[in-house]
Amino acid sequence: MTTRIRNFSIIAHIDHGKSTLADRLLERTGAITARDMKEQLLDSMDLERERGITIKARAVRILYSAADGETYELNLIDTPGHVDFSYEVARSLDAVEGALLVVDATQGVEAQTLANTYLAIEAGLEIVPVINKIDLPAAEPERVAEEVASIIGGTPEEVLQISAKTGEGIDELLEAIVARFPAPGGNPTDPLRALIFDSYFDQYRGVVCYIRVMDGTLGKGDAVRFMATGLLEHADEVGILTPEAVQVASLGPGESGYLITGVKDIDLIRVGDTVTRTDRAATEPLPGYQEPKPMVFSGLFPVEGDDFERLRDALEKLRLNDASLSYEPETSAALGFGFRCGFLGLLHMEIVRERLEREYDLDLVSTAPSVAYLATQVTGEVLEVRSPQDLPQPNALAGIEEPYVKVMMLAPSEYVGTVMELAQQRRGILGELNYLSPERVEIDYEIPLAEIVFDFFDQLKSRTRGYASLDYEPVGYRPAELAKVDILLNGQPVDAFSTIIHKDKAYVYGSGMTKRLQELIPRQMFDIPIQAAIGSRVIARETVKAKRKDVTAKCYGGDISRKRKLLERQKEGKKRMKMVGSVEVPNDAFIDALKIEDS
Amino acid sequence: MTGQPDPAGCYVHVPFCARVCPYCDFAVVAGRDELIDRYFEALLAEITMEPEAGPLGSVFVGGGTPSRVRPDLLTAVVAGLRDRFGLVDGAEVTLEANPEDWSPERAAQLARGGFSRVSFGAQSFDDGVLAELGRLHRAVELERLVDDSRAAGFASVSLDLIFGSWSESPESWHATVERAIAAGPDHVSTYALTVERGTELSRQVAAGAPGPDADDQADKYTVAVELLTGAGYVHYEVSNFARPGHECEYNRNTWAQGDYLAFGLGAHGHRKGVRRRNVRRIDAYLEVIESGQRPEAGTEHITGWDAELERAFLGIRRAEGVEAPEVAAALADDFEAEGLLAARKFEIQNGVIRMLDPLFTDAVARVVLGLAAPGE
Ligand SMILES: Nc1nc2c(ncn2[C@@H]2O[C@H](COP(=O)(O)OP(=O)(O)OP(=O)(O)O)[C@@H](O)[C@H]2O)c(=O)[nH]1
Ligand code: SF4
Ligand SMILES: [Mg+2]
Repeated sequence: MTTRIRNFSIIAHIDHGKSTLADRLLERTGAITARDMKEQLLDSMDLERERGITIKARAVRILYSAADGETYELNLIDTPGHVDFSYEVARSLDAVEGALLVVDATQGVEAQTLANTYLAIEAGLEIVPVINKIDLPAAEPERVAEEVASIIGGTPEEVLQISAKTGEGIDELLEAIVARFPAPGGNPTDPLRALIFDSYFDQYRGVVCYIRVMDGTLGKGDAVRFMATGLLEHADEVGILTPEAVQVASLGPGESGYLITGVKDIDLIRVGDTVTRTDRAATEPLPGYQEPKPMVFSGLFPVEGDDFERLRDALEKLRLNDASLSYEPETSAALGFGFRCGFLGLLHMEIVRERLEREYDLDLVSTAPSVAYLATQVTGEVLEVRSPQDLPQPNALAGIEEPYVKVMMLAPSEYVGTVMELAQQRRGILGELNYLSPERVEIDYEIPLAEIVFDFFDQLKSRTRGYASLDYEPVGYRPAELAKVDILLNGQPVDAFSTIIHKDKAYVYGSGMTKRLQELIPRQMFDIPIQAAIGSRVIARETVKAKRKDVTAKCYGGDISRKRKLLERQKEGKKRMKMVGSVEVPNDAFIDALKIEDS
Repeated sequence: MTGQPDPAGCYVHVPFCARVCPYCDFAVVAGRDELIDRYFEALLAEITMEPEAGPLGSVFVGGGTPSRVRPDLLTAVVAGLRDRFGLVDGAEVTLEANPEDWSPERAAQLARGGFSRVSFGAQSFDDGVLAELGRLHRAVELERLVDDSRAAGFASVSLDLIFGSWSESPESWHATVERAIAAGPDHVSTYALTVERGTELSRQVAAGAPGPDADDQADKYTVAVELLTGAGYVHYEVSNFARPGHECEYNRNTWAQGDYLAFGLGAHGHRKGVRRRNVRRIDAYLEVIESGQRPEAGTEHITGWDAELERAFLGIRRAEGVEAPEVAAALADDFEAEGLLAARKFEIQNGVIRMLDPLFTDAVARVVLGLAAPGE
């Protein structure tokens, strides 16, 4: 019976308290004992705990004894709030009927509040708005309730008020979940259709799929077919997440859980695919997911050339757990064999790199991130250029177009001028100004993606003291005056540092990069000229002077062990270097060099 | 090296200083002078706890500032060593001294008590630099040190100099070296000022104060080498120069991976492939000895290929290099060594590894220490 099931995602702008609210729901329903409780329990990845943000959506099933005397099965999904991970949110929304929209009582409606609300509306979900952090002295629940009501409709009185920290209002919220979210549909006797909304690779069990059963029933031992790839398998195990994995005999309509088939052939498992049973197969798969469109591209290369195959394997496995990651092999003259990867943003790029390094024990260098350009050749042929290397020579090039995005920024009204100034500097074209309330303005711009993808967000935050937020979506390509800037180390172009950039900013990039590299590249046995060039024209130049001294003054009886250890440590440090031609470049330089400050 | 092993050296540490210099990371104490007598009793006790060794080839009483304590305490240590182990004929017995502590009377007393060599922490002949280094003496006091010491009976006199502090101009350093030469020592050590962890200097630098500059130090090093070798001193180790026959025997032995005993706070010894070190906290040192135990803080066994690599990394600091055929062979095949060989920073000839440019000794040492044993 599905009438006592409720499926919902918790959505919000970053840091508005989704994961903390999930903690309270787990605690209040007894899914976790007080002893096992820790803050943001569902943020179980090391990276999530270190950074204090959610990166992966996490599904949990809890049981709630409601005031009506019935026990309800609640399947909740905690989602990330950062704009780079909105694909995680979007996927979770197809596995639920409701969305709990959390809004920070001190911050009010922010960009991802809006963006995620629209996603939920598009997915046809029932939205229950909740104002969180009412325990804080700076909370303005009434004002924020008005704001929320104005974007989703309804009255401010319908907006629940809670503190995920103190637990205030959680009981009322649980009742509202039962009362206001619809029960899922679906018939247990229909052919099985289960949506794969996430997956990961387990070293021992192989691929684990997270599924939401829409119709029919899936039991342990059933023969199943993955409809898009045609893969035939057996359900070795089905279970639920409490949040621990717990085996169950079967999952019925409306229920979420996991499925293990023992398949090792990981490219035949796709998030968004529909699982059906072979004995009574469904004819139509579920709609599935739109492939996310990568926004930024960057090369990932193993420091040790031998690790190329391990990197391929790691990417394949990571992709199971991060469907928004795309990659294709790439060769770099400086860095050897690697992959050109597509990411949803710079944070996403950073996280992928770190997960690969940590979870798969790889040492990686990454190259200058780039957006995808459209290059029209003199032959009329149009190329998508995802890497500066692929840009045709100037004489073969008829024109370049760059991607634009529509940027929606939300800011308190006193910052409108500041925000507009920043957008203007980034070649933005003003769209609409929209007052959500007298204090809060939505400012829309069309801006080249390349201008916002790098440090725009940091700039926006710092210039508005953290009060502005943004969201963006692609709006197509426009012609642009672009140049390819090459960086030469010791006369050799290092493709990893090349970039395509607006002509007016080429000099700033070139001189910033050469200065940066001069600081990052340690002095070596010879002078190392560092040049930035457009074609054969050098636009900036620095030199790393040859090292002149590499000796410790004293080494006597008392210093020998210490001195030896010091030398050995320094030697270890050298392993974190990559040879580029005859120049040793620290791995970190590939990352740090790209952090050019806005000037 | 055949038959009898070379006689062992011996290091004795005297940690007491008037105050701690900003760059110093030795085991020192300031403001604990009330412990001096107790400390010397402990030293003598520690000497009796050391297992038997043959007569000592050299003794080095360093610090700290040994010259601050009463001469009879110092000469008692020499006597204690002689009683326990014996000293070979003509053994070098060095005392480290700060110029402000020196007087003809003290010098005579120490020479009579068995010290044959004195090494002064002269550091600079520029009062501005001395002040920056936190030293308590003036340049003028340095002029007579050498003559006074010889007159008192010291057979060998050495001056330590430090270059590359922030306030030192190239001219100042040039003058320091010239005036040091004019003072007529038998031996000169020139040390690049180094920012050691945990020192006042490292805190200042971390807080944004200008630290030593590698290029400035390379220039000054080159100046020192030119002036000193031009004046007849042999550049026998990275930082050391001596008139022929006046090389420091105690240090020569440690660079040759010889054995040396060690007594006192934080002292390091090396006997038969075992390195041991003493505790570095003075109260612990005193209490342990007074309870009848050795104040050992740890040991490390250096054997086989490891010992051979260590011998090579120490040996390349000497002008004559080190004869180590297996290490030399491995080094000749090493990819990283290639660049250094090509740049003529060092050479390998008949199994001898020798620096051509001592300023790159660590670059070679790092490669040496990373070499795999033959057949691995
Ligand atoms: N005072 C107070 N702080 C809260 C409350 N809820 C959450 N916080 C704090 O707000 C911060 C962010 O909370 P999270 O639960 O990680 O927020 P999130 O929405 O899951 O963040 P992302 O997953 O990164 O988007 C943490 O420091 C929480 O302790 C609340 O009700 N009151
Ligand atoms: S006098 Fe010598 S041992 Fe004492 S603190 Fe100064 S440098 Fe260190
Ligand atoms: Mg979270």
